[in-house]
Amino acid sequence: MSSMQRLLGAAAVTAMSAAVASAEPAIIFDLGGKFDKSFNEAAYTGAERWAEETGGSYREIELTSEAQREQALRRMAESGANPVVTAGFAYQSVMDQVSPEYPDTDFVVIDTVVDQPNVRSYIFSEHEGSYLVGMLAAMASESGTVGFVGGMDVPLIRKFACGYVQGVKAVNPDATVIQNMTGTTPAAWNDQTRGAELTRSQASQGADVVFHAAGGTGIGVLQAAADEGILGIGVDSNQNYLHPGSVLTSMVKRVDNAVYDAFVDGTDGDDQFETGLMVLGLEEEGVGYAVDEHNQDLITDEMRASVEQARQQIISGEIEVHDYSTDDNCSTS
Amino acid sequence: MDVAAILPLLDSTLRLATPLLLACLAGLFSERSGIFDIGLEGKMLISAFFSAATAAITGSVWLGLMAGVAGALAFSLIHGLASITFRGNQLISGVAINFLASGLTVLIAQDWFSSGGRTPALAGPARFSAIDLPFADALRDVPVLGPIYHDLVSGHTILVYVALLAVPVTWYVLFRTRYGLRLRAVGENPAAVDTAGISVTGLRYSAVLICGLLTGLAGAYLATGLNAGFGREMTAGRGYIALAALIFAKWRPWYALMATLLFGLLEAVAIRYQTVDLLGVTIPGPFMQALPYILTVVILAGFVGRAIPPRAGGAPYVKER
Repeated sequence: MSSMQRLLGAAAVTAMSAAVASAEPAIIFDLGGKFDKSFNEAAYTGAERWAEETGGSYREIELTSEAQREQALRRMAESGANPVVTAGFAYQSVMDQVSPEYPDTDFVVIDTVVDQPNVRSYIFSEHEGSYLVGMLAAMASESGTVGFVGGMDVPLIRKFACGYVQGVKAVNPDATVIQNMTGTTPAAWNDQTRGAELTRSQASQGADVVFHAAGGTGIGVLQAAADEGILGIGVDSNQNYLHPGSVLTSMVKRVDNAVYDAFVDGTDGDDQFETGLMVLGLEEEGVGYAVDEHNQDLITDEMRASVEQARQQIISGEIEVHDYSTDDNCSTS
Repeated sequence: MDVAAILPLLDSTLRLATPLLLACLAGLFSERSGIFDIGLEGKMLISAFFSAATAAITGSVWLGLMAGVAGALAFSLIHGLASITFRGNQLISGVAINFLASGLTVLIAQDWFSSGGRTPALAGPARFSAIDLPFADALRDVPVLGPIYHDLVSGHTILVYVALLAVPVTWYVLFRTRYGLRLRAVGENPAAVDTAGISVTGLRYSAVLICGLLTGLAGAYLATGLNAGFGREMTAGRGYIALAALIFAKWRPWYALMATLLFGLLEAVAIRYQTVDLLGVTIPGPFMQALPYILTVVILAGFVGRAIPPRAGGAPYVKER
């Protein structure tokens, strides 16, 4: 009996301590995993930066199957974590359904838009960043053929593809862009073998620069590109270091900034968490291309100059990059 | 589709068929001895992990290969212990092995490398590199045969050739040696083998260990030949496709080669031709990706005739007292 009481007591203490630490933010990583060297890892970097700077701690869950999606979100909301950040577009419907049930919790979605009063939605202008790396690809290509490997065939990835094609065509209107998607299920985010085969297939069709927007699958893409002696382009995180000299650049998407900002805003204690849509584009430095010591020899000054010029023109509105997600159509490809 | 497109397609077929072929032959040995093995997937996975992990740590792909094979052998022994010694249900033991491998690989990878269930990317001597067969470059300009020899036959990793060589070896062992005769007999009628004074247990263990060796090679090929490192669930159902190919091949080695090449070709086609225009009708990509599975059902339902498994398959042997 007494041991039972002690157990209950202990449980009560744990429950209380959870309530005290209620300001802890939380993040849910999507399938593909925290260390996918890509999207989720960028989110993780942002969370870690927050933890390092503030000395705070945060909760995290890594999804391992589609079935955990709703359960994980509810568990985080019920544990008192605030704000709860979810990384990945696949959270849209679940978030739309779950967030009204926890009106006191602030939620953040990345890469999708959820129209609820307590949800902040971050989207990135991937088409603009992809346009810039498309230009670089076309300038680096000697064959006039470049490739694109997408992960799961969803509008978000088509948005990357569409921006990329426009960038390629802006430099070389006669260029051919070979586009492939890895698959139609979430498994397409994590299939290195298939990514590598797609890349080899594109190389055999003459492509000498291949851009991937495929999460973990992209590791296979970049590996195969390095093996075939062609150039790869990374995505989301800066992936230049994976195969120095064989990765032309990376289309970086500052998911880390989104997570960091959300954590900062959500834990500063002023009860004011701005919700609604936030778009991070070239101007906000939400997207861009990465140049570092691993690829500086691949990118000439001329290439850089013309991309920088295009960047300014996009920001000023002189160049308008078509956004696939606005009309589900990409007329240029 | 022209000739220039066919060669890379066949090249890709060969690469994709290799792990299937090794796993299929592994299943063939095991099932011919009367031990159903649904755990091919798990054994490939554990081997893929240990080969990549060891290669990453030691920098030697050969040590990696040995570690991978050792891992698969250990899992084979678990399967053998459960289904031969303790006469457990072979299917359940196989499923358990798949789950165990799926969880264990990610767990250990996370603990050793802390990179989300992956091993670091392998480079240089930590991977199997392509072997150029002799005269490949010299013969390149010979019409027809030159490109075939240079592009298709040459330039694969050693495990591809080992897999192809394993087919005649398997055929010879099974159908031309005393051991093979006994192995086939133990899968059909273990009591008869026992009566002849030959150990059923010993034969079945040997078959299960050969199965472990071959799945070990398959897994190592995936992680250190085809790819450069281990990734979570990287076998992606290949063990099950190998099982389907085994039934399709009616438990025969040469047919197994054909069946796995067919599955490899279908996968390669699905990867290369995501949408196919056929007589003015556009076939959508998802259909192409589903094609191998649809074909499996269609072929098994009617075209191969009856596929009769070894008669004693799945049943533990209980010695009469």
